[in-house]
Amino acid sequence: MLKYLFNFIVFPGFLFTVIVGLLACWIDRKVTARIQWRAGPPWYQPFIDIVKLSIKEITVPRAGSKGLFFLSPLIGLSAVTLVSTLVWLVNIDPASKGFSGDVIVIVYLLTLPAIAVMLGASASANPLASLGASREMKMVLAYELPFVICLTVPIIKSHGLLRLSDIINYQAVNGSFAASLSGIIAFIVMIFCMQAKLGLVPFDASEAETEIMAGTYIEYSGMLLAIFKITKTMLMVTLPLFLITLFWQGFNFLSLWKYVIILVVIILIRNTNPRVRIDQAVRFFWGKMTLMAILAVLLAVKGF
Amino acid sequence: MNLKLKALTKSIWVYHMSTGSCNNCDIEILDLPTPRFDIERFGITLVGSIRHADAILVTGSLNLKTIPRIKAIYEQAPKPCVVIAIGACSCGQGIFRNGPNCPNPVDSVLPVDIYIPGCPPKPEAMIAGIVKLIEKLKGNITTSTS
Repeated sequence: MLKYLFNFIVFPGFLFTVIVGLLACWIDRKVTARIQWRAGPPWYQPFIDIVKLSIKEITVPRAGSKGLFFLSPLIGLSAVTLVSTLVWLVNIDPASKGFSGDVIVIVYLLTLPAIAVMLGASASANPLASLGASREMKMVLAYELPFVICLTVPIIKSHGLLRLSDIINYQAVNGSFAASLSGIIAFIVMIFCMQAKLGLVPFDASEAETEIMAGTYIEYSGMLLAIFKITKTMLMVTLPLFLITLFWQGFNFLSLWKYVIILVVIILIRNTNPRVRIDQAVRFFWGKMTLMAILAVLLAVKGF
Repeated sequence: MNLKLKALTKSIWVYHMSTGSCNNCDIEILDLPTPRFDIERFGITLVGSIRHADAILVTGSLNLKTIPRIKAIYEQAPKPCVVIAIGACSCGQGIFRNGPNCPNPVDSVLPVDIYIPGCPPKPEAMIAGIVKLIEKLKGNITTSTS
């Protein structure tokens, strides 16, 4: 019991993932700055931002729904903490076998941060926040379809294994799924879905800074905004690690370079693309991405 | 230096409020995040929502229409929050000193922490002003008013 609490709160759950995530957030800001020919912030900048936000005043809108306003950041944070604990433990702790069907549980838990953002935005009684919430909802509907279809590819290729540790072991024997044709197609589609799940630039219509003033987060300040930022940085660690687990033989502390490669791909996509409108994003995910995902599933069934 | 003060001065998120300016100061402000000056080195970023702000930049001559709005904006800001008056108009009403539409200087409505004069002020002048503001918050500069 105490071991589980330690795993959940300190290592590899909350505290460890937050530190790794804030460092990844710094890499993101630094690389973005270098691409734009700037110097960029020092390495401790994301930590200082979180400390500063946590000592600021929390403002609550008078017309808003107060309980939901305070509760929704915690919903997202607890969900993503649970996912990060599961994904880290399955990979680095050989004693932990997870449980049967944890892939499905993780897919459900990964939608909770987006739902928490929608709830919080709807509770804050702001027209721009509700606009952001409606865009977030459309974005979730758009990217979940190819995401779930692609998730079936490693399950089909491993002949119906629904446990993450079994999928890793299967890849350790038979080679990583990303080396096969169907695997690499599904992997690419998953990277685009991950970009939308993280809310990064081509698909950040729900929190467009210049257009609807941070959209869903517009009424949040102080500690609550810090919790949303922490949730986002933890997702930035957890989602790439989940993808590596599914398609790229898992990871340990020696093979964290896989994570750095995926992080750099995310940052490059983010810095070389303009923001797309929400209808363009839905068309992109339900059109090309879903077709590619179905193609990957058909190839996987045929054994490629 | 304690952690609270360091966190507040090393990560200033700036909300930009134009109270009827000619847009000259606003364009000069937008020079600051560009590669030549790059104030993100010091943790300063522009934010869109007042709820995220640590500093309010006020530009322009404060006219009768914008007085209630700027008061509402200041009340919505989470404290601690500083107010920076940028440009000749918001520092001392500029050429609108005798105008009938702009009878109130900014510091009669809001507690202004630092004035950055100029028409428009150069980006270097704004950075010097921010440095003085940080020194004042640390208590190294004593002002005559406080």
